[in-house]
Amino acid sequence: MKTFVYIDHFKGEVQPASWEALGVAKSFGSANAVIFGSGLDTLVKTAFEFGADEVLLADNPALMDYRVEAFASTLSALASSRTPDLILFPTTARTRELTAMSAMDLNTGVLVDLTSLSLNGNKLVATRPIYEGKLNETIVCSGKPVIATLRARAFPRPAQDKSKSGTATKVEAKTDSPVTVEGYEVAEAAVSVADAGVIVSGGRGVSNNPSLTPPAGMDEKQAEVWRAQQGFKLIGELATVLGGAVGASRAAVDGGYIPYAHQVGQTGKVVAPDLYIACGISGAIQHIVGIRSAKLVIAINKDAEAPIFKVARYGVVGDLFAIVPALTAAFKMKLGK
Amino acid sequence: MKIIACIKQVPDSEAKVKAEGGQISWGESPLVINPFDEYAVEGALQLKEANSGTVTALCIGPESAKEALKHALAVGADEAILVSDAVLNALDTQGAARVLAAAINKIGGADIVTFGRQTLDDGSGLTAAQTARVLGWPMLGLVGHITVEGGSVKVHRVIEEGRQIVSAKLPVVMSIVQSIGEPRYPSFMGIRKASKANIPVWSSSDLGISAPIAFVTRTELITPPGREVVCEIIQGDSLEQIAETLADKILAEKVL
Repeated sequence: MKTFVYIDHFKGEVQPASWEALGVAKSFGSANAVIFGSGLDTLVKTAFEFGADEVLLADNPALMDYRVEAFASTLSALASSRTPDLILFPTTARTRELTAMSAMDLNTGVLVDLTSLSLNGNKLVATRPIYEGKLNETIVCSGKPVIATLRARAFPRPAQDKSKSGTATKVEAKTDSPVTVEGYEVAEAAVSVADAGVIVSGGRGVSNNPSLTPPAGMDEKQAEVWRAQQGFKLIGELATVLGGAVGASRAAVDGGYIPYAHQVGQTGKVVAPDLYIACGISGAIQHIVGIRSAKLVIAINKDAEAPIFKVARYGVVGDLFAIVPALTAAFKMKLGK
Repeated sequence: MKIIACIKQVPDSEAKVKAEGGQISWGESPLVINPFDEYAVEGALQLKEANSGTVTALCIGPESAKEALKHALAVGADEAILVSDAVLNALDTQGAARVLAAAINKIGGADIVTFGRQTLDDGSGLTAAQTARVLGWPMLGLVGHITVEGGSVKVHRVIEEGRQIVSAKLPVVMSIVQSIGEPRYPSFMGIRKASKANIPVWSSSDLGISAPIAFVTRTELITPPGREVVCEIIQGDSLEQIAETLADKILAEKVL
């Protein structure tokens, strides 16, 4: 089977689930990595290191910024001329749009956010969660190429061999786009809870530390946000010791405690970490559906009746402002940090 | 300014969804407007208020989906249209996009068509971009802030890495996310108006289209095994002891 793998990146920062897709492609036969952008020599080399047989590179300054129309036209033209059987993507916000448009151009379907993909004879059979993970469906695509996006952390990541390298094959860039990029407001640190192995999350409870006195002159709301931010510092310290990312419940995001990019759950991100520590999160159904795929869930909450304890393997009933720093200290010692 | 908000009706988040005889069942749980689409409606209403104009809510679904449209009317949409036809029952996202594009054209086009980011049921998140591709209009995804000036629109796209600010000439298709603001609640007057509203129902022949072929088809439905988790509450004489026991338990699970 001839498979293309789209390597998703933001200004050269790769979405690591792209390599997981490359591993799946290799298991079906040949894997050609597809990279769009400009000045991406390092990314090209990394694609070879992760096992790409060939790298197809559309290198053009007009593709420096992601604009879906130009990227979709570039991809559609490439797929039309080189006729792959399958094009794989990591599931990201960008690739949902990109696959959506290219599928229209190529007159085929998209299998979205898969948790398994196998070859049955020469037919691809996929599984994906629907209804917020309450059900799984098995689906097939009758069009060609089959376009599929793979959920982060659902497939093994292939080994990286730093000794490998190669020369990219240049392909044509289509640069027409009706959209003008005016600029960016880049977050202080890129947050990627979707592919984090460890997530420490905070909820509404993070703002409830009564022992803190906010600086003078703050109104009630400012004081609440200030308190919550002090709480998220504690959560951030635990996440750092564990090499993980900081997540948040919708209540924390709506409260203005932390940016939306951190939000886990129905209207935020669906995550699949090995370890998820929920601090001061009550566990509304909308949050629980986002952490269904977490391997180990830990709950820290002062309310013993909080629903989060129903999905947690271990729990501590108590004050997160005391427990989280104590847990950070314990891990620092045990992990030798 | 003419705005069309595309919505879908889905089972409520609390619903116990199961596979029964190869069909999806949600028991007696209510059907609601897709929660993500509430932002599409909210964004449309904000656009109407800022630029004056009309909001049309548009939905593909069975007769019962009129209830989702009534929600849109109750919060302030001016009119609602349901596309309902038995031949359109097995649409994939690409098919839905073709039907929506045909309905948008029959309405007489628009300046801005809004969508939610994805639906709660299928969750693909493809239809907005596919509708934009059929119409040949710019796609502005994951919009959290909108300003219209003359014949152009400038938006903040809420992306993983922060915000991307982009502009395009109208007409455009956009998907709108939570950062736009909390969706408004229906007013008493709104509910009364919605309950009396006459919602036209268009069939595929009204739209002048035949049923699009579905490329993606389901072969099986599986109810995932329930996760039997019994929570072990960690206790101890001191904070340090609790923290240490919990850390040991986590390390023993070999997830780090």
